[in-house]
Amino acid sequence: MWSGRKLGSSGGWFLRVLGPGGCNTKAARPLISSAVYVKNQLSGTLQIKPGVFNEYRTIWFKSYRTIFSCLNRIKSFRYPWARLYSTSQTTVDSGEVKTFLALAHKWWDEQGVYAPLHSMNDLRVPFIRDNLLKTIPNHQPGKPLLGMKILDVGCGGGLLTEPLGRLGASVIGIDPVDENIKTAQCHKSFDPVLDKRIEYRVCSLEEIVEETAETFDAVVASEVVEHVIDLETFLQCCCQVLKPGGSLFITTINKTQLSYALGIVFSEQIASIVPKGTHTWEKFVSPETLESILESNGLSVQTVVGMLYNPFSGYWHWSENTSLNYAAYAVKSRVQEHPASAEFVLKGETEELQANACTNPAVHEKLKK
Amino acid sequence: MAARLVSRCGAVRAAPHSGPLVSWRRWSGASTDTVYDVVVSGGGLVGAAMACALGYDIHFHDKKILLLEAGPKKVLEKLSETYSNRVSSISPGSATLLSSFGAWDHICNMRYRAFRRMQVWDACSEALIMFDKDNLDDMGYIVENDVIMHALTKQLEAVSDRVTVLYRSKAIRYTWPCPFPMADSSPWVHITLGDGSTFQTKLLIGADGHNSGVRQAVGIQNVSWNYDQSAVVATLHLSEATENNVAWQRFLPSGPIALLPLSDTLSSLVWSTSHEHAAELVSMDEEKFVDAVNSAFWSDADHTDFIDTAGAMLQYAVSLLKPTKVSARQLPPSVARVDAKSRVLFPLGLGHAAEYVRPRVALIGDAAHRVHPLAGQGVNMGFGDISSLAHHLSTAAFNGKDLGTDYGLCKQMSTPLLKKDYVDEKEHPAQDPSYIFSRSYLI
Repeated sequence: MWSGRKLGSSGGWFLRVLGPGGCNTKAARPLISSAVYVKNQLSGTLQIKPGVFNEYRTIWFKSYRTIFSCLNRIKSFRYPWARLYSTSQTTVDSGEVKTFLALAHKWWDEQGVYAPLHSMNDLRVPFIRDNLLKTIPNHQPGKPLLGMKILDVGCGGGLLTEPLGRLGASVIGIDPVDENIKTAQCHKSFDPVLDKRIEYRVCSLEEIVEETAETFDAVVASEVVEHVIDLETFLQCCCQVLKPGGSLFITTINKTQLSYALGIVFSEQIASIVPKGTHTWEKFVSPETLESILESNGLSVQTVVGMLYNPFSGYWHWSENTSLNYAAYAVKSRVQEHPASAEFVLKGETEELQANACTNPAVHEKLKK
Repeated sequence: MAARLVSRCGAVRAAPHSGPLVSWRRWSGASTDTVYDVVVSGGGLVGAAMACALGYDIHFHDKKILLLEAGPKKVLEKLSETYSNRVSSISPGSATLLSSFGAWDHICNMRYRAFRRMQVWDACSEALIMFDKDNLDDMGYIVENDVIMHALTKQLEAVSDRVTVLYRSKAIRYTWPCPFPMADSSPWVHITLGDGSTFQTKLLIGADGHNSGVRQAVGIQNVSWNYDQSAVVATLHLSEATENNVAWQRFLPSGPIALLPLSDTLSSLVWSTSHEHAAELVSMDEEKFVDAVNSAFWSDADHTDFIDTAGAMLQYAVSLLKPTKVSARQLPPSVARVDAKSRVLFPLGLGHAAEYVRPRVALIGDAAHRVHPLAGQGVNMGFGDISSLAHHLSTAAFNGKDLGTDYGLCKQMSTPLLKKDYVDEKEHPAQDPSYIFSRSYLI
């Protein structure tokens, strides 16, 4: 990934950028400004938003450049035993914006470039629906997901958000590309029922973590984790916004030789099933990696099942084989526990929890359990 | 912006599936029209049953359905003593569909007649087919159309929170969304009624009969021709009460004549014949009419020695090689009189739409396929369309899909088989012996 290829040139399905003007309010915090700095650094040019940054920050950027590049290089090899505190709080890969911006108007063309995602709904909607129905004791016919609050992270044009809304859930769809949200907003505005059930926002997951902590019954991150920069932070945020006992649904692509051959070479370069530059093989996530990160965050993985796309028929099928695409379903534990394994234990977090335990008797009791 | 939309839409007019009556969406922005999930255009047997099937579907509890019927609401306070002359033969599969939303119970409480055997035979030869089940299960049910309609209306009233029925409402204009998604234009079908009111719908189902306005508006090609025949229907009183659980049909040179049981003493007549003969039958005296019916079933005047001898020889030869059970030809009950004013005629024709589904449109019943009544399958095929379409829509609704854009719908709606036999009749003169021989014994 760092062998000279510019991240800025590789497009992607998903990107989280800070909302316009977001940097203004958080200008004092070096963390956010370094996120903007990441974009600048990767594209090789120093792009300064007029009127936002002054020369003072220019100096900061230059000094952070070397430190940040080292940190990212280490992170990209995913050393499991050295948990790094990322200096960047965003998981948005700014380099992936351009491709998505260009295709922002094509989401709802069912025969167009997003056709495979439309037909993937045949698998992922029943997958989400059936697993959520197990948690609902009595569901209403016609609105089986009534009463569920779902967060669709990286919703794009709302392809998955709308079916979930039709099934009765209240869905919030977030995406950092504002053109995507505009398209989604426009599309749902014609249906009065969906208009009330779905809300769209232009933001990244980190931005809403604090205000929406433990409010969602389910979080859906479909075809997203292969586009984020910091997978651990992303999944941590997913866990934070989930209620205890809430469900997390992820669909993504495995990191195997087969997924390189079929997912990148065949799909992008030969058959043009997926626009070129959409995916980066290095960012694909294997189910084992995903599972270990989820378990370390207190999410118990219930199901991992493979998905297979038939480019001739245009339909997806469930498969035993997870070496290409797969779907994962995890449940957040109801009791806040730290797992015994020392691999992903964050020292800082443990100390903080113990400190809290003294002050908060309720948490202390939970820890006892 | 609006001008740009118009020009873009105008450019699309050249698209292959746009017909002369198609008008594209011209306005943009949110409208205050009610948006229905499904609108069924046409409240006949098939249209009303479609609305019922969706209204009672468990996955449609959250959806809004509208049924548009051009005629007035038919209220049947008390079942009349006299039987109606328009009856349908309901197959067991159709009966299952009707009972799935509770309409069959109403029919059982009113009146219907089950039949257990069918005899179909020829006027010019000894050819005969007998249909019966060994354990004498019901093969089908003869039910008056009014009775079915009343049962459907009662069931629709029971789900009036989900299904809205508008009587005396005829759609005068349909406006289709642009075939490709456009940012500001509504993706739904706009319907304008005669009184000026407008609705939008995600899926329009055309159940408006063989001259379907929906089919014409969407521009689907329809193969059709007239049979140059009319069907005469009447209610007949039998000479004596019998078990009357057999359906009789005889193929005369002029067309098939059928006697369908209604009760122990009553049967319904369906006689397909040329326009002139049909007009004659309807206008002649009752006595002459009864004689004509009896002789049509009983007379052997059309037999020729040649055919009889050749047929007998062939049967003998075949029975030497493979002895089979020979069914004896039975004769239908004789007719004593006909109900006054029950003789009516209506023209017959064939129609078949080239496509049954298009984005946001589906055709069912006679709008999709119109057949000759000789096999009693017209409305049964319509009910078959309903069970297939309703099943598919139910699955789509449970998957949260947008009902009108499911392209899987196009692949899964299968074309029912049409009765091709009677079509052949048109090409051969009815009295040609070689044709009669080959048709009777070699098919």
